Amino acid sequence: MADTSTTTSGDYEAQLGDYFALLKPRVMQLVVFTALVGMLAAPVSVHPVVAFASILFVAIGAGASGALNMWWDADIDAIMRRTAGRPIPSGRVQPGEALAIGVALSGLSVMMLGLAANLLAAGMLLFTILFYAVFYSMWLKRATPQNIVIGGAAGAFPPVIGWIIATGSFSVEAWLMFALIFMWTPPHFWALALFMRNDYDDAKVPMLTVTHGRPSTRRHILAYTVLLVILAIGTGFTSIGGPIYLATAVVLNALFLIGAVRIWKRNEDDSEADNFLVERKFFRLSLWYLFLHFGAILAEATLRPYGFGGWS
Amino acid sequence: MSIRVEHELHTRRRGRNLGIGLMLGAFVLLVMVLTFVKITNIDFNNLPGGAIQTQESK
Repeated sequence: MADTSTTTSGDYEAQLGDYFALLKPRVMQLVVFTALVGMLAAPVSVHPVVAFASILFVAIGAGASGALNMWWDADIDAIMRRTAGRPIPSGRVQPGEALAIGVALSGLSVMMLGLAANLLAAGMLLFTILFYAVFYSMWLKRATPQNIVIGGAAGAFPPVIGWIIATGSFSVEAWLMFALIFMWTPPHFWALALFMRNDYDDAKVPMLTVTHGRPSTRRHILAYTVLLVILAIGTGFTSIGGPIYLATAVVLNALFLIGAVRIWKRNEDDSEADNFLVERKFFRLSLWYLFLHFGAILAEATLRPYGFGGWS
Repeated sequence: MSIRVEHELHTRRRGRNLGIGLMLGAFVLLVMVLTFVKITNIDFNNLPGGAIQTQESK
């Protein structure tokens, strides 16, 4: 980790909100939602108190890995416009505090998930934290343009953890939900990299836009979107799918594919002319894409006891 | 020098300390409720190592 410059005066007293911001609350929302869907889609019911506590500890674990990521990446966060306002580069929280919070909350969340749910879920949470904070942040992110592709697995584990909380074991359905997030992550982040333009270049992060150029990134977005569409629609015919999921997936994937084709057909002049309007729209759609797919899986699982969800 | 009951630091960190206090309180409460739920949901007849023989089950 390199030294970071601070922009806030030395006598600033960090508030609770500054520490909370270390936990990447927006990423936590996604983690909570996908883990919850993973847990509720499982064929085993969980006591509401156990479910609440387990999801809370998964969220804390995700937040802890976010704090560790911010501690390690403070030098590049200070360079990139998108991240310059984060608690460490803005000087509101000291790097040592972020490290302490990250390590303490990691230990607490893993231990408590083991007690609340089961040891396999706790082990999986520990693996996810290490994968994101150590494997992705400390090595992958600065080493290879495949950083987003492989690192995307970290964000894809929460539904698997949710499923394990309920069942105590792995299953194909859990890995289908994993695959959905895993395949969604590259087009989502590469669209962001396209319209954030110089951020990753300045920070010397080997994003695909930096190492292989922007036209290649556009081709990659399309290729991964095609694979994602096949996977997302195929999931509709499995036991976590059903008519609601399939209808949602067909509409969303058609829109997503159209967006990817439009990005592929454009060049930099087109994008500069409208300030990356198509890329920004695709990025916004990608957020809805994931939320609505998991919402549809949740709808199928919720309606199943009443004889409506799924294919049976 | 007399001891000041209210140091300037207490005022400056009031929000932060209250927040941490509330979170710790909520954590204790959660562990308590979780323990209660876990204990009341144990199926004593299916514990590893053999069932506990009650008067009714003999």
